[in-house]
Amino acid sequence: MNSYRPTTSRSPGPTEETLDVRDFGFWLYLMTDAVIFSLLFATYVVMFQNTATGPLPVEVFDIKHVFAETMFLLVSSVTFGFASLACVREHKGQAIIWLIVTIIFGLGFISLEVAEFVGMINSGAAPQTSGFLTAFFSLVGTHGAHVSLGMIGITVMIFQILIKGLTSPVKSRLHRLGMFWHFLDIVWIGIFSIVYMPAWLI
Amino acid sequence: MQPHSSNTRKLVTGFVLALALTLIAFAAVWTLAFPVELTFGIIAISALFQVAVHLHYFLGIDSKTPVENILAMAFAGVLIFLMVGGSLWIMFDLYERMMM
Repeated sequence: MNSYRPTTSRSPGPTEETLDVRDFGFWLYLMTDAVIFSLLFATYVVMFQNTATGPLPVEVFDIKHVFAETMFLLVSSVTFGFASLACVREHKGQAIIWLIVTIIFGLGFISLEVAEFVGMINSGAAPQTSGFLTAFFSLVGTHGAHVSLGMIGITVMIFQILIKGLTSPVKSRLHRLGMFWHFLDIVWIGIFSIVYMPAWLI
Repeated sequence: MQPHSSNTRKLVTGFVLALALTLIAFAAVWTLAFPVELTFGIIAISALFQVAVHLHYFLGIDSKTPVENILAMAFAGVLIFLMVGGSLWIMFDLYERMMM
């Protein structure tokens, strides 16, 4: 709790206590997001056999592709962790470098995902083709949208660190963004375990 | 929950554990070395362990986490159990009855 210091400039700024309350509020948001993702998972499990005249899951998923996506996201989670550590240790330059590395891995993940989606749609596996594909694009697309928003957040944080420095509100925001980013990696564990892997086994 | 409670060693430990669990699951699916039922078991167990690893090593959940955060997580767990469990129960029961 000692890493948050009240700001000493003209405005009094948020106190340590209000920053802790914001952490808790953000935690509540993450829990509601977990409920949304759980229901998208439930929808997928209910729908994945409803392929209509479209392709089967095993025909549209590529294990090497998914493995690469998984590695990009896992490594980006760790590099964000290093950014958070650098921030706690007041190493401004290091924090920015680790955030840039995180964005690079995040972009790697998103470009693989976009390539996967475009490839599927061009081969006739579009969201409107079958119940299975609607549920697939809803779940994985929602996750991808979250990752994209997270990368916008990281970009904003890089500029905040550059312009405002590592003040306690900036540190507190970076901490919450880190919670968001790590949370998305947890959702991805569910996606490769529930969506992709069973498709290659059934 | 506080950032200063984590350190480099904790982060690297978390990464190694998460990587190992990911590789176990992918290797089981890639090689198909085991029967399908066992492979499903391996995927499920490594996924649960990996979620726990991420929660502890990356999100910093431990015995010092404020109790209200744990309660919020438990409440979300109850909601998820009711809504996901209930949806799957109803829908798969419906599938079964439709096929009669």
